Amino acid sequence: MTRRVVVTGLGTINPLGHDVESFWKAALEGRSGVGQITAFDTSGYKATIAAEVKDFDPEQYIERKEARRLDRYDQFFWAATQQAIEDAGIAYEDDDPAAHRAGVVVGSGIGGMISFQEGVDTMRQRGPDRVSPLAITQIISNMAAGLVSIRFNLRGPNTCIVTACAASANAIGDAAELIKRDAADVMVAGGGEAPICEFAVAGFSQARALSTRNDEPERASRPFDAERDGFVMGEGAATLILEEREHALARGAKIYAEIVGYGMSADAYHVTLPRPGGGGAARAMQNAIEDAGLGPESIDYINAHGTSTQANDSTETAAIKAVFGDHAYKTPVSSTKSMTGHLLGGAGALESLVCILSIRDGIVPPTINLENPDPECDLDYVPNEARAVPVRNAMTNSFGFGGHNAALVFAAHQTAET
Amino acid sequence: MDRSEVEAKMTDLLVDELGIDRDKIAMSASFEEDLEVDSLGVVELLMALEDNFGVSIPDEEAEQIGTVGQAVDLVMQKLGG
Repeated sequence: MTRRVVVTGLGTINPLGHDVESFWKAALEGRSGVGQITAFDTSGYKATIAAEVKDFDPEQYIERKEARRLDRYDQFFWAATQQAIEDAGIAYEDDDPAAHRAGVVVGSGIGGMISFQEGVDTMRQRGPDRVSPLAITQIISNMAAGLVSIRFNLRGPNTCIVTACAASANAIGDAAELIKRDAADVMVAGGGEAPICEFAVAGFSQARALSTRNDEPERASRPFDAERDGFVMGEGAATLILEEREHALARGAKIYAEIVGYGMSADAYHVTLPRPGGGGAARAMQNAIEDAGLGPESIDYINAHGTSTQANDSTETAAIKAVFGDHAYKTPVSSTKSMTGHLLGGAGALESLVCILSIRDGIVPPTINLENPDPECDLDYVPNEARAVPVRNAMTNSFGFGGHNAALVFAAHQTAET
Repeated sequence: MDRSEVEAKMTDLLVDELGIDRDKIAMSASFEEDLEVDSLGVVELLMALEDNFGVSIPDEEAEQIGTVGQAVDLVMQKLGG
């Protein structure tokens, strides 16, 4: 019998909220999480704005002694995961055989970037013997998965996906595949990023990727708008608990949605620019819809990658049209990044969470700051206000530097066998 | 710096640099068992001692330290006290 995968727990720490429900409320209200960067002195930087996670206290989740050893990225993922695990109501004792059937896939674009920068600063200023013995474990991208396996006694598959801004979408897709092929019954899947430091802001600025609308931070992330000028960096994490359907039903778990489709492709074109015409993105979407056994007309909502860069938004629009034809104009499409900024490797997980909540509540969040649409961006992007709309099947897109494309399809959970 | 000052500063370092609960710290406390300081934590502690007391502690001498009191002894000896 085909193994099916459902979502039974959710958690997040992001610029709009420190838990799922407060985030969701803020997203539906169309709030912006973007402001002036407080993490460092931005004098001399082209971009001085970001969507920071405000007032995060890691010790709410992590013992002080442990928390101080972790990069901010790891703290975010740990906290989001703890929320999701509690939401799902799973726990594994030391000698529990079920622990061997529970695993983790985490996605991150750049891992412990803040720790990397601090470590190099210390080495240059004070010499190699002053580098922290924790520098490496704080930096490596996979450590978030290792840490939560230690904390929650998850002894099954444990890995990390690094596909830039597609990373946590790939993490969720790959985790679902592990359950489908019977390598695990429960998977913690998601990702996070904490890139708001001098080096990352300078690097993305030099790649001409960031908005410099510094005097209007709340209006800077404006996907599909004619006056968009780049993405706004964000930080945070989101975690989904994926579970084999029969396993979830047997324990009476609350089921949010089913994950029914996963598609991938590569642009094979350029390190930062999408392939003109959106052919790569279109194939990822097409593959996800086919994997779901659905036709394009069955997709009720698309959570766009929607970065607010010149190239992404028009190319993604072209890709959606290529896949959906006339139905593209009838499908609500919105960009969460208009409010949260771009969580880089964490974006796919947070935006999956948005799809799942849209299915649960029958409402889709808006694309804020869409005032004057680019003529090349002529779809229904749910401008500025959330919209009540029944959502049975929702797709989320994630595209990463290097030409990595991923798309996921979530469906309302149906109790009948299909 | 007299012994009581070194003890007080050592306690502050363990709290501030290693995140250990202040009320667990006693001169007789063992780093490994009582304070649960792992091998990475020992390296952090040595770096903190070198920075804060202006001393240099070679690895072979560091390996002899088992308790907070022994760390204080070593620092006192390095300070010529």
